[in-house]
This record gives sequence, structure tokens and C-alpha cells, in this order.
Amino acid sequence: MSIVTLHINDATHEVDVDPSTPLLYVLRNDLGLRGPRFGCGIGQCGTCIVIVDGVAVRSCVVPASRVRGQITTLEGLSADGTLDPVQQAWIDEQVPQCGYCHNGQIMTAKALLDRNPDPTDAEIREAMDGALCRCMTYYRIQAAIKRVVQQPMADARDTNAAIAEEVAE
Amino acid sequence: MSDILELPKAIEEGLHRINPSTSRRNFLKSSGALVISFSAGAIPGPGTLAAASDADPALMVGPYPDPDYRQLDTWIVIHPDNTATFFVGKTDGGQGTGTAFRQMMCDELDIAYDKTSLIMGRTDITPDQGGSGGSDAIERDGWPMRRVAAEARRVLLELAAEDFAVPVERLVVSNATITVGSEPAMSVTYAELVGGKRFDISLNGENVDATRGLANVKPVNQLRVVGQSLQRYDIPAKVDGSLIWAVDVKLPGMLHARNVRPPLAGAVVSGIDEASVADLPGFVRVVRRGNYVAVVCEREEQAIRAARQLRVDWERPADPPFPASDELFVYMRRATPTTISEPDIQGDPSAAFAAADQVVVAEYEVPFQGHTAIGPAHALADPSDGQMTIYSNDMKSYRLRNGVAEFLDMPRDQVRVVYMDGPQVYGRTAADDAGFEAAFLAHELGRPVRVQWTREEETAWDTKGPAYVFKLRGGLDAGGKVTALEYDACAADFNHVGYNEPDTVLIAQLMGRRPETPAAGSAATPSLMYGISNRRTTTRVVGLPLVWETPLRTGNLRDPNGPQVTFAFESFIDELAAAAHIDPVVFRLDMLSNSDEDDVFRRARSIAVVKAAAGAYGWNTRPSPQTPAAQTHGGQKLLTGRGIAYTYRNRTIAATIAEVEVDRQTGRVWAKRLVCAHDCGLVVNPGGLRNTIECGMLHALSRALWEEVRFDTEKVTSVNWQSHPTLRHSDTPESIDIVLVNGDPSPDRSDLAPYGAGETSHKPLIAAVANAIHDATGVRLRRLPFRPERVLAALRTAGVSTS
Repeated sequence: MSIVTLHINDATHEVDVDPSTPLLYVLRNDLGLRGPRFGCGIGQCGTCIVIVDGVAVRSCVVPASRVRGQITTLEGLSADGTLDPVQQAWIDEQVPQCGYCHNGQIMTAKALLDRNPDPTDAEIREAMDGALCRCMTYYRIQAAIKRVVQQPMADARDTNAAIAEEVAE
Repeated sequence: MSDILELPKAIEEGLHRINPSTSRRNFLKSSGALVISFSAGAIPGPGTLAAASDADPALMVGPYPDPDYRQLDTWIVIHPDNTATFFVGKTDGGQGTGTAFRQMMCDELDIAYDKTSLIMGRTDITPDQGGSGGSDAIERDGWPMRRVAAEARRVLLELAAEDFAVPVERLVVSNATITVGSEPAMSVTYAELVGGKRFDISLNGENVDATRGLANVKPVNQLRVVGQSLQRYDIPAKVDGSLIWAVDVKLPGMLHARNVRPPLAGAVVSGIDEASVADLPGFVRVVRRGNYVAVVCEREEQAIRAARQLRVDWERPADPPFPASDELFVYMRRATPTTISEPDIQGDPSAAFAAADQVVVAEYEVPFQGHTAIGPAHALADPSDGQMTIYSNDMKSYRLRNGVAEFLDMPRDQVRVVYMDGPQVYGRTAADDAGFEAAFLAHELGRPVRVQWTREEETAWDTKGPAYVFKLRGGLDAGGKVTALEYDACAADFNHVGYNEPDTVLIAQLMGRRPETPAAGSAATPSLMYGISNRRTTTRVVGLPLVWETPLRTGNLRDPNGPQVTFAFESFIDELAAAAHIDPVVFRLDMLSNSDEDDVFRRARSIAVVKAAAGAYGWNTRPSPQTPAAQTHGGQKLLTGRGIAYTYRNRTIAATIAEVEVDRQTGRVWAKRLVCAHDCGLVVNPGGLRNTIECGMLHALSRALWEEVRFDTEKVTSVNWQSHPTLRHSDTPESIDIVLVNGDPSPDRSDLAPYGAGETSHKPLIAAVANAIHDATGVRLRRLPFRPERVLAALRTAGVSTS
């Protein structure tokens, strides 16, 4: 065991772990973060993705002691209480089925849009290709990303509230 | 942070809303509904009791008797703040059924959707409706929910009538408030009538499905919340990271376990060198029973390392457990069946074939396909206080409770399952291996144990959809009418595992605990609506040499036999249409009009659905293929075609059209456009339904294009996302159109019923893709999946230029 220092979602943590421990287990088991989840442990599915200095990183294969930069997890996207436009688009498009993989989908999309705010359909498919979904929500995910690209922020709406009004009338 | 127990918001909120100032203890004891067995954020950990001062320890530690479905209080609690919590015995695999349940119950209770919450699948506090399966959530299990909510409304109206001393007929209800019609000042809320108190109303019904009170449900035209595309309540917490999943629960003192599986199927443990891991940090114990081996450590990464490092001597089985996957279909055709069905004969097929103008014969092959859930199996079990609590995403949590109780020889009421969200289910968690393993290990160690399967373990050892070989034969008369049809199916489905049975889950098999006889399994027949007078249907089941402890154990995978059977059957219907030189839509519509089967107006609804799909696609009438294979030379690299397939599942009907591009040079198939017309009767949530239909289609597209469990003669070799490819973002269609059809002859009737939708769209898609590939290339693919190398080989064999 040794002390590993991590900068996560604008806070610094010191954790006493075996330095080879994959970042995923430190985030989940030592720091109580639930966004990144275990899917494969071999960097193939994307369920565990976090963003390190703007890059989508598979936390299941990166030793915690090797991570130097600023880590953002799913929780960090809405740390100030406001959903990131990507998260809002996920709600607007009702993207998930089970939702288990969507940490990776959202974080991959976030990293893509941060470096390329106006991706083509082909660029979306390419950037997202390594994030697997076994409920097959791919079409909805791509629709949500296009929504962010086309209507940033402005069109966030509360469908349920609108329907409630309609029902009440 | 790691020793804070975490519960999902929905459960916490449901518990919070019961006002502690009311007589909770009496409420719980007398209602029969143990609505609270611990208070929010405080649950008994190992050897400890909840800190909450108002908690009743006797209730917290169990036993956990079955909630009585015949008590209204079991289903609905009205809180002092005029909100309500619904308790239902279902689970939601991500299709939004929880939202739909709330919508249905809100309508019957007359309460606003956002004033309600829902708790599902918790064996100690929700009535046993069996959990999920068979697309029956809305079709079957929604009915008792609607009826009990209607009953609650009736009781509330009677209470108000008594209060105001007016007849019930004079009262009007809106948003959980009852008003005397002519005197708006006279009003009372549900909370004022029963908030925080019991209804104390007995219900009737010889089983949970038949539960009802005195009230009737509302006619369809009075439903206001049903029919709205309300957003799912579970999605926000899934996108902001706040949801607590079954994988997230932490208990003080919990341990982490990893299984060590036989490296070769059927291998037997001959020795374990515990010293190989004893010195590892955090090592707690190696547990072995028969061929079940697990290591338990203090921390997760320690358990992962110990499982890799543990030296186990495995004895190779004397006989190969199964043929290699490349030889599977040869094996299946030759194998002596374990079951042969009596032939089902309609009319005189022999005479009809003899008189036929044309006879078409074709065989189809479907390999084993797996669930390969994105998150491998997992569960946490807590043995505190002589009870067993399992935190699990088991879709059939009640069966898990029953199975574990039997497995551990514990009284059933000392075991409970707390259902929580998890990775996709689709039948996988109907045999919740990890739940049993966690309970067993927790029982052995006397501490909470979390079990997490690895990717390799899940892909290799999860339950499989059965492999199939089909032979179909059809006779056409000179006018292109189908006069005779023979269907023969052979399924590798012997010893199909059941639902959380204590002698068929994997740990039981590896321990040598088994039923006297393996399950017979089944080979399915098509959902036949077409008017074909002379038919012969035969089925048989075969087994592989290794019956127990095999990674090729079959179980229910989304519409367990539908995709396989419908691939063969609807491909063959297309082959007949092509032989008759008739447009595939026209061909199907002709046979549907000749059908004499019309349960739930299935004939009219089927015709409406096929027409709706064709209309939405913009189908132009012509026979397939557009170009015969031999003439497909040179020219464009991408060949485009369209194909249709139609089916029904129980009362729900779907027709799917796929438009594909086939890359002549690489063999890659892209389903560029999908259209699905779908009739499931009354639609509770159109948006949620569309998403379920869409994802059901794409799940089948993955099975069509990529999925196959491959194995050599010793082990499964498809073990991760490289060796077991799945659909990806790059395979996603460019457009998907879904048409919701109500083909009922009286579409506005007041008793229109909702039918299941979880599986129907999954069923015909594979055949639609196969038919589209044929339309594009003139080449018929009769073996799944349509991976590029197989497509390319088929194109070459058929003489299509691939350069």
C-alpha cells in the first residue's frame, strides 16, 4: 500500500492503496463515486470511462498511481447542480434503457464535444464506436449528441411538466 | 465513505414519506404490509441495528413474511403530504415499465403523476407479482395495479361521502382531492382522509393476478395519464451519477469474492494450493464445494489478484464436452434427440406436395447466442442477524428469495431480496447465479460478501439462447399460392435452466446438486397466422454430450425462441414469394387475408400492421430480388435492398422492414434504415414504447450481424468484446421509423387492453435483414450471424463479383 494522490472533480484526495490498483476500484470503493462502472476490466467496453485532462480514459485498466491530471467523473459534470448539456440531452431524448453503460456513453460524448463542438455524423460514429451498449441505445445516443450540437442549452424543456399542465386542463 | 450503506433514492423516498408521527409500529404490524423494515439510510449492518431512533428492531431484522396481496395497504400508501407510494411486485429492465405502472395507477387513483413514487421487486415490502419476464408487465401485471388503485379511489370516495354526508354520486375527484360537486368549498384531500393511516381494506382474488376490490377500472376514454409520453423517472439519476445501483451497495465489513471457473468445460478439481494466495494482502479464504471455487478478500482488487493467482489442479474430462462450434450443426443433425414431438398435421400435406407446381426446400442454422450483459453478474449478500438480505438486479427477485432459502436451507421468511437497478436483464437474471453465490459465501463467512463476475466469465458462462437447425419445405400452385408447408425444428436446448432453481443455477451444478432429471427443453414452432391449409410441423430437442456444469447451458434470452424461429420461418416465406415471383408484402397480405385465425382480432390487426409498415417505408411493389445474383457484376460497390418480416407474439403484432447496404467487396452489411409497425393495443406511454421497440430491433440486429458463441471441443472461446463482437455505434441505422398501430376493429372501444411490447419487435428483425440482403444481392443467407466474412463467402459462392 502507498499513498496515491488524485485530483477528481475539483478536489484532491489521498488514498492508501496498492499503487497498481486500477483507478476504477479506487474511485468506486475508496472515494464513493458511482458514475464509472465495471464492464469488462480490459478496456474494451467503455463503461468505466472518466475524463482525464479532456481525454476519455478507461479507468479499469489505468493504475491509480499513474494518473497525474485532473479527473472528471460523471458526477463532476453536474457538480454545480446544473446538468451538463450532454446530460440534459440524454434526458430530453430519453436515451437509456437499463442505463448501465451510459456513464461511458456520456463521458465519451462529452470528451468528443469538448474537442469538436460540431462533429459530423461520421465523426460521432467514429468517436463513440468504442463505447458499447447492450441494450442498443445507439440511435438514441447519436440523436442526443446531435441535439447538443444543434441546439445548445436553449431548448432544454421539462416534458413532464408540460404534460402535467395538459392533463390538468 | 466506503462503509456507508447506500440505498436507491426511490426506496429512500418511499420510506421517508411515511410520517413517523403516525403510529408506524401499529401500522406495520396490523397492515400486513411491512412497508418499512428499516428507515432511510439506516439498515442493520453485520451485528448492528439501525441507528434510527424510531425504527422497530423486531421489524428490521426480520423475519420477512410475504406481503399480503389481498390487503390494499400492501399496494398503496397515501402520505400526510397528499402524495402516494405504489408498491408493485415487478422489476424494470430499462423499458420504462415502472413509469408506465405509475401512469396506470395514477389514472385509476386520480392523483398527479409527480405526486407519486413507486417501489418495485423488494420481496419484503412489495407483493409477489413474479418480477419480470415474458413481456407481461403491462399486459398482465398492470391489471391488478389498476384495479387496486381504482379500489383505493372508491374507498376514499366513500370516506368523503361519509364525512360530508352526501351520496358518492355528488362527489368529484381531481388530483387527490375530493369535492362536493355543487359546493366547491366542501373539499377534502386524500391525505386528510387516510394520510399516514391504513386503508384496512381486504381485496379478493385467488391469486395476485386476479387481485381486485369492488371498483372497476376506468374506461379508456377517461384515462388521462395513460397515453402520455411522460419521461421516465429513473433516467435523471442514471445520467447524473446519483442513482445507486445494485453494484454500488456497500456494507460495513463487506468482503469481495471472485469465482475461479473450470478452465475446461467439465473439468474436475483435483487439488487446490491455498498457499499460492495465502500471503496475498487482504486474503480471507478460499471456498470450495465440489467444482465451485471462489476466493474471498477484503478489497476488490485483492480478490481479482487472488483469483488469478490461485493454483487449482483441474482434471480434464475424459470425453469432449461438446463439438466445436464449426461442427455444431452437423452434430445437431446427427444427434439422437432427447425429445421428439408428435407431428402436428393439418389437412393433407403429402397430397398437396404431390400436386404442387413448385416445391421449395431450405435449411437454416442459428448458433448459440449469449446475453453477454454489459455488466457481468453481481450481487451482495448480508447474513446479519441470522437473516439473509441480497441486493440484486434479479428480474425475478421473488424466485431468487425462494431459491436461496431452499439452497441454504433457511426459512423463506428469513431471506429477502432488495431489487435494484442493474445491467440489462432480458432473461439473464432469471437465473441469478451471482445472487446464489453471494448468499452462499456470506452464509459460509458470516460477513457480507459481494460477488462480481469477470467479463470472460460472463461471456463464457452466462446462459445461452438455444442453437437451432431448421428445415422448411413449401409447395406452390401454378398461381403462386402456398398449398403446403412443412416445418421441422431441432433445438440444442436439452437441460434448459429454470428460474433461480436451487438445483440448476451454476453454483448448484458445480457443487453437484442437481435434479433427478434434466429439463426437457423445447423446440419452438412459428407464430403462424398465414392461411395455409396443409401443414406438417415437427420439432425435436437434442443435447450436447456435457449436460451439467457446461458453459453452453441454455436459458431464456429475450423472446427465448422467437428470433431464431422467425428468422427461419419469415426467411422461408420470402423464399416462397421469390419462387412465385410475387412481391413479399403482397404475398404476406394474401396469406393473412386467407387466415381463419382471429383471436384478439389478430387477422385484421396483422393486415393493418403490414400495410402500415409498407406505407411508412414507401414500399414499391415488385418481386425480390431486384437483381439475380449471377447478374450482379461490377458497377456499384454498395448493393441496396429491402426486406420485410412480420410476426406476432402473444397478442402483439409487428412488421419490420429493413433497408440494407451490402458492401460487395468487404461483405459488410449495414442496415441503413429500419421501419417497424407495431400494434400492442392500448399504449400507456408512446415515447417509452417507441424506445423499447427501437432497442428491441437493434438488439436483434446485433444478433443478425455479429453474435455467435464460439467454442472448441474444450471450452467457449468467445470471451470478450473482441472474440464476441456486438453491434456498435458504427452499425447504427441512419434512420428508424416506428409506427404505432391500433388495428382493432373498434379502435376507440372502452375496454381496449394493453399488450406486451418487450420482445415483439426483437422477433422479426433478423428475417427482415436476411430478406433485404437477398433483395440486394440475390443471395440467400441461411446461417447466422451475417458477419462480413460469411457474407463475402456467400456472395462469391453465388457468383456475385466481389472485386
